[in-house]
Amino acid sequence: MFQRVLIANRGEIACRVIATCRRLGIESVAVYSDADAGARHVRLADQAVHIGGPRPAESYLRTDAIVEAARRTGAQAVHPGYGFLSENAGFARALDAAGIAFVGPNLKAIEAMGSKAEAKALMERAGVPLVPGYHGADQDAALLAREAARIGFPLMIKAAAGGGGKGMRIVADAAAFAGALDSARREAASAFGDDRVILERYVERPRHIEFQVFGDRHGGIVHLGERECSAQRRYQKVLEETPSPFLTAERRAAMGEAAVQAARAVDYVGAGTVEFIVGQDGGFYFMEMNTRLQVEHPVTEMVTGLDLVEWQLRVAAGEALPLAQDDIVHRGHSIELRLYAEDPEQGFLPGSGRLETLRLPAADGRHVRVDAGVDQGDTVSIFYDPMIAKLIVWDADRPAALARLRDALAGTDIAGPKANVAFLEALVRHPAVTGATIDTGYLDRHLDEFVAADAALPEAALRAVAVAELLAVEAAARAAAPAADPHSPWARADAWRLGHAGRRALAFEHGGQRIDLSAHGHDGRYRIEHPGGIWQVEAARHDGDWLSLRHDGQAARVRVRALGGDWLAFVDGRRHRLHEVAPFAFEAAAGGAGDKVAAPMPGRIVAVHVAPGDAIEADQELLVMEAMKMELALRAPRAGTVAELRAQVGEFVEADVVLVLLAPTSGASE
Amino acid sequence: MPVLTSQIDPRGEEFRRNADHLRGLVEDLRAQMAAAAEGGGAKAREKHTARGKLLPRERIRALLDPGSPFLELSPLAAHGMYDGAAPGAGVVTGIGRVAGTEVMVVANDATVKGGTYFPVTVKKHLRAQEIALENHLPCVYLVDSGGAFLPLQDEVFPDRDHFGRIFYNQARLSARNIPQVAVVMGSCTAGGAYVPAMSDETVIVREQGTIFLGGPPLVKAATGEVVDAEALGGADVHTAVSGVADHFAENDQHALAIARDIVAHLNRRKAMPAALRAPREPLYDPAELYGVLPPDTRQPYDVREVIARIVDGSELQEFKPRYGKTLVTGFAHIHGYPVGIVANNGILFAESALKGAHFIELCNQRDIPLVFLQNITGFMVGRKYENAGIAKDGAKMVTAVACSHVPKFTVLIGGSFGAGNYAMCGRGYQPRFLWMWPNARISVMGGEQAAGVLATVRRDGIEAGGGQWPKDEEEAFKAPIREQYERQGHPYYATARLWDDGVIDPADTRRVLGLALSAAFNAPIEKDRFGVFRM
Repeated sequence: MFQRVLIANRGEIACRVIATCRRLGIESVAVYSDADAGARHVRLADQAVHIGGPRPAESYLRTDAIVEAARRTGAQAVHPGYGFLSENAGFARALDAAGIAFVGPNLKAIEAMGSKAEAKALMERAGVPLVPGYHGADQDAALLAREAARIGFPLMIKAAAGGGGKGMRIVADAAAFAGALDSARREAASAFGDDRVILERYVERPRHIEFQVFGDRHGGIVHLGERECSAQRRYQKVLEETPSPFLTAERRAAMGEAAVQAARAVDYVGAGTVEFIVGQDGGFYFMEMNTRLQVEHPVTEMVTGLDLVEWQLRVAAGEALPLAQDDIVHRGHSIELRLYAEDPEQGFLPGSGRLETLRLPAADGRHVRVDAGVDQGDTVSIFYDPMIAKLIVWDADRPAALARLRDALAGTDIAGPKANVAFLEALVRHPAVTGATIDTGYLDRHLDEFVAADAALPEAALRAVAVAELLAVEAAARAAAPAADPHSPWARADAWRLGHAGRRALAFEHGGQRIDLSAHGHDGRYRIEHPGGIWQVEAARHDGDWLSLRHDGQAARVRVRALGGDWLAFVDGRRHRLHEVAPFAFEAAAGGAGDKVAAPMPGRIVAVHVAPGDAIEADQELLVMEAMKMELALRAPRAGTVAELRAQVGEFVEADVVLVLLAPTSGASE
Repeated sequence: MPVLTSQIDPRGEEFRRNADHLRGLVEDLRAQMAAAAEGGGAKAREKHTARGKLLPRERIRALLDPGSPFLELSPLAAHGMYDGAAPGAGVVTGIGRVAGTEVMVVANDATVKGGTYFPVTVKKHLRAQEIALENHLPCVYLVDSGGAFLPLQDEVFPDRDHFGRIFYNQARLSARNIPQVAVVMGSCTAGGAYVPAMSDETVIVREQGTIFLGGPPLVKAATGEVVDAEALGGADVHTAVSGVADHFAENDQHALAIARDIVAHLNRRKAMPAALRAPREPLYDPAELYGVLPPDTRQPYDVREVIARIVDGSELQEFKPRYGKTLVTGFAHIHGYPVGIVANNGILFAESALKGAHFIELCNQRDIPLVFLQNITGFMVGRKYENAGIAKDGAKMVTAVACSHVPKFTVLIGGSFGAGNYAMCGRGYQPRFLWMWPNARISVMGGEQAAGVLATVRRDGIEAGGGQWPKDEEEAFKAPIREQYERQGHPYYATARLWDDGVIDPADTRRVLGLALSAAFNAPIEKDRFGVFRM
């Protein structure tokens, strides 16, 4: 076994590989770009080597720098993780030349699977099922019709030179074929100057099911079962699980057999994944083979109890596979979710920035696993994939695992960059997921079901948040008591007034609406006036995440917690986010910054950038003056329109002379 | 520590009768306070808020820390005076917490005659400053006032404790590093202009706040210059040109947020000159006080029943319990703060006075604040007592009270008559705070006694002239005297004239004392000397 391994990657996968190395007593060497100097994988590794600039091409994709880093640190092997150089034949070759082991497949497999056409041809020869089709040069219409009949319907006609849907037709039956072919050819000819087409079986509402395979240098090849990854958004996997709820035992056996066959066809060594597209009728077809560890490998680990990185290292070190096919046992059900810094409400725009809050569920070594690449306070960089962490759960069966997953999500908060937590929460309670009917196109067809605008706020959520806020104000007042006067009655935040129990004003914002409440009471006992009436609350306590209270003679327990300036309340598996508003807070109006720009000192106007009537942005440079031998840019105090310009280039002006007047905005004085 | 044991049966008939009576008084008190809190009435409030301005109590709430208590002072000032034209005397004063610091807030109520100063308004403002001075409380003035109430200028302007004293105090307070912060949220005309001008830091609200010595009408009359209020002394002018104010605020909320920030940077540190304990509730519910007090103030009861419902754990370490029994003295804690309690339990005798003087000296020696629970008809009279020199023993206690350097707090829980008022730290003896219960009475002597004394003098005169004074005529003579004493000795009459800092619900006494003690500890306790004790 190796004594020192370099991990040519970053983020969660680098951290995950380091963890296995540490367990096996192998020293880990991390590499990092300028952007990652303080990253988690650098902190975790035994040593770390700087390899270049923040862009991947300047660092994580630089074969030379990484090989040099491995050589310099005396690493005997390099684990490439996924992405970056993990499926790069040149990288594997360079390591080989340097006498360093590549923790990945043999060159032959990388190269064979790197080309889709070659991979398919190879698989066809090996008897692995492919999507039936015709890719021939003979474009005779009658021949195409015969081929179509052989392939079966529905089928797809695609422009051979095409892309982007141009010249593409889906044909439901034989009768429609001739007409569709004509129109596809015309469109292809006009779009690409080439009217050749190919035919392929059209798999309706397909499922994505892949098999984990493993090979060693001694001819051993096994599969570790499947993973279903049908929950995808634009080909990006969102939720992965094993076993697939779609497969029967027979189908699973047949597909496992085909996967092993596929691996054998390239004498596969190491960890690989054979991806199949599966029709609703159960027909399955080879799509591609990934010659690396997959992002979603943990679900396989959870049900098999195996460490795939350990297997990778053992195989790379020349050992035989630790287990034979029959010794691999699958227990229970595991599901993985990917937490991303992205904004589902803005078309999943990737986010970046400092993670002000990163709260992940506690891993317990059995039911909940968290593979994170960042800690709270770290920065999600614009240069890399914005994945924050993977949540992986395990339980005896699928419904139990889904319940675990919902609970794990409810324990997750991300503040700073926008994140997809609420989207995932909607996903895991959606019937397409709970009923296991989801196909690879479902999320894109029905995105609105997952990215719904703020739902109506349940009373229980508002009540819980109001009570949590009252308790929090009391705790804050106690904490703010001067050290010398720790029990001060002034620190009791019950808003006491002479002659009456004081009124405590509360305000929140939800879905753009302001909600005002008024409360009396203290220390868990409140009378709260809310827009819908009055709540009498007793015995309220907030311990950690959980708020307990009695209301209307009923005790309730609600998950409530603060996130930045917001409150999160979880009711019926949904998070409700209420923004806390100080009841008397001053919010600067857009027009509050003044209507004029005056000369700050005497001087000469050297440039004027605006004219009356111009629309201007806040902070836009309006004019430049020269004073005391210095140039001074005068900027707009707010956005608006230039109403009047009282300056000319070359003019000398006195201090405080108004140079630009902005048109007043409506409501500015309110 | 000895624990007081109540002898009262809270389920008994007498308790219920007592409670019904006092509850009635407290309910009336609440109603009077609620009415005064309405300020100048619905119309004036509507006009005020329509201008985008917050009402004074809302301003205070926005200024204070969320949920902070507010110990309002003299909410019934000017009650029944000026034909009811000045509820609360048109100004709200009190102590609250801002950024963790206890501050004195003085907020004009512009809904009451434009926030102008009646004589009692001046007195209330000055009293707030006096409390700030004695307790080292930073002052925040929420200014919205048209200045002196001109029809009563002779009672507002010229004397020592009139309008000018406000600015004198500001200078003196500032000199003692008691910060002065003004938030100009309305007009500040003439003398009023000096409130912001004399402050350490001043905030002014755009298009609401104005500061000028003479307003536009006066300017026009004096010089013929025509100028509008905003150009004469608005927020823009004063923060950008004149420098009279320091911070420009967009509206009330903004101004109060700035004021909070100012207080947060005052760099105040509270050094407690006392050994604190963790507070404990009394063993007996303070609300039981309603049932403890007999409706007839002449009917005696054990004042320990009151103490047991005010102090921590109902624990009282009594001093000299077997001597001078008409005065109860002892050490206790309220909200964790050490206090020495001096409480009347009957008429004062020489021994009671000596015991009181001794105990007060002890508290001064140990820097322990004093709490007086006053229920006193006076010192014992008669030849035996005068000849034994009760006057010089009374004088010893009065000297001890007058020269005490520890903070003193007085609560009038019953009668406050005659020289007993002096020995028990009446208003003249400068307690840090003085409150009345709604059942209390204050006058130089009881109405009955006064009527008796005056009738005796009258009868002596008539009889010396050889005349006769029929019984019914004497009764007719005495009735209006009794009525006058009853009216003038009533807590509302007293509190209207600021003889106290407010009438409080007995059940609130513990909380009020706790807040006041905590506030008082902002000032260091400085040793002082006692005068000559007549031996």
